[in-house]
Amino acid sequence: MVILFAVFLLTLLVFTAVAIIRTTNLFVAVMLSGIFSLLMAANFFILDAADVALTEAAVGAGITTVLFLGALALTVEREQTVPDGRWVSISVVVLTTLVLIYATFDKPRLGDPDAPVHQHVAPWYLGQTPELIDIPNVVTAVLASFRGYDTLGEVFVVFTACIGVLFVLGARQENSQSLATPPISNTHGLRHHLIPRVVGRLLIPFIVLFGLYVQFHGEYGPGGGFQAGAIIATAMILSALLEGEAQALRAVPRSTLLGLIVVGPLLYGAVGLAGIILGGNFLDYSVLAQSSVSGQQLGILLIEAGVGMTVCGALLLIFHAFASREKL
Amino acid sequence: MELFGLYNYWVFAIILMTGFYAVIAKGNLIKKLIGLSIFQSAVFLLYISMDKVDGGTAPIIQKGVIDQVYSNPLPQVLILTAIVVGISTTALGLAIVVRIKESYGTIEEHEIQELERNS
Repeated sequence: MVILFAVFLLTLLVFTAVAIIRTTNLFVAVMLSGIFSLLMAANFFILDAADVALTEAAVGAGITTVLFLGALALTVEREQTVPDGRWVSISVVVLTTLVLIYATFDKPRLGDPDAPVHQHVAPWYLGQTPELIDIPNVVTAVLASFRGYDTLGEVFVVFTACIGVLFVLGARQENSQSLATPPISNTHGLRHHLIPRVVGRLLIPFIVLFGLYVQFHGEYGPGGGFQAGAIIATAMILSALLEGEAQALRAVPRSTLLGLIVVGPLLYGAVGLAGIILGGNFLDYSVLAQSSVSGQQLGILLIEAGVGMTVCGALLLIFHAFASREKL
Repeated sequence: MELFGLYNYWVFAIILMTGFYAVIAKGNLIKKLIGLSIFQSAVFLLYISMDKVDGGTAPIIQKGVIDQVYSNPLPQVLILTAIVVGISTTALGLAIVVRIKESYGTIEEHEIQELERNS
């Protein structure tokens, strides 16, 4: 039964992808890619990846769509069709698809417990997590402790990308702010629409609460800093859409967000350095507390907080960079 | 269901190449970026398909539960961070597209090339 449902969802995924490519209306393409992400999240959930499904639903279906819409508002809504060279591309793509499908016949079947992926370090992670770290969610344990180095790198990539967006788009922002000093009127955002406003105001506190739950319950259930940051950013973006850009920046000013993306990676790095100072290795949390297990748990809690701050601050800064820019 | 054992990988191949088609055949820069994020999602699907173990469940170990098979946590960790990094880099791409529109007045590749040739 589950397999039939999975096959149905995967087939729908293919149709959505083809529809995204075929449409010349970019607005339709962006909305369809939101649906694509939601279907992808459902697929991830069926494949036992609850953490990944949560991230894909919050980031892919939520924030990506908003950012693409922000870019569309600053550019154009329709693409031009360029007919020449199309058949070359189609034949290249079809040929490569056939080669890739031919290659899959050497892969182990879905769910095969003897597949090489399941023989290497995975059993060690699953076996050692209850002993060494003693938290139920193995994904969080691997992410934050066993492979903490990788995650530190990813946090810095998010930070760098955010700085890049601010460099590219932030140049004129001071200027336009001092010129505009917008009076809050009833036409800002969606204030004049009754139903989105009422429903949105009811939902926002609960979305933030859920985000905090995901942040601090990440060791016990699906969740963690990446998901929580994205969910809280979604709540703030929803409030910016409903109340208008200026009002949202009044509630959470840009300086606070800049503080968040600076403090996040610094907190992560500081936890790593604390490990060295207390006599362990970089990002070795065992020395942070009396017993090795509670040290690991403290370290994971701290670095997850750093990750959450960075992701939330970066996504919101990127959103504001797009939203506050005026179309030329 | 031996029949569907490779279906995930076939869907991966088709979606991957659908995204790639948008990158190579479409002239609109935003459409190229949408294609790139579809391409990226296909790679996520490949990794997550490999984590599944028959009869397994999400790798959250409950105390007192024995003989439970868990799916592989490692691909999940890799993809979880990749999704968030993916949106950040896509945003950087979109920011550059917005600046191209402001400088050239268009985001169609052939028009930009024409402007470059004439200048």
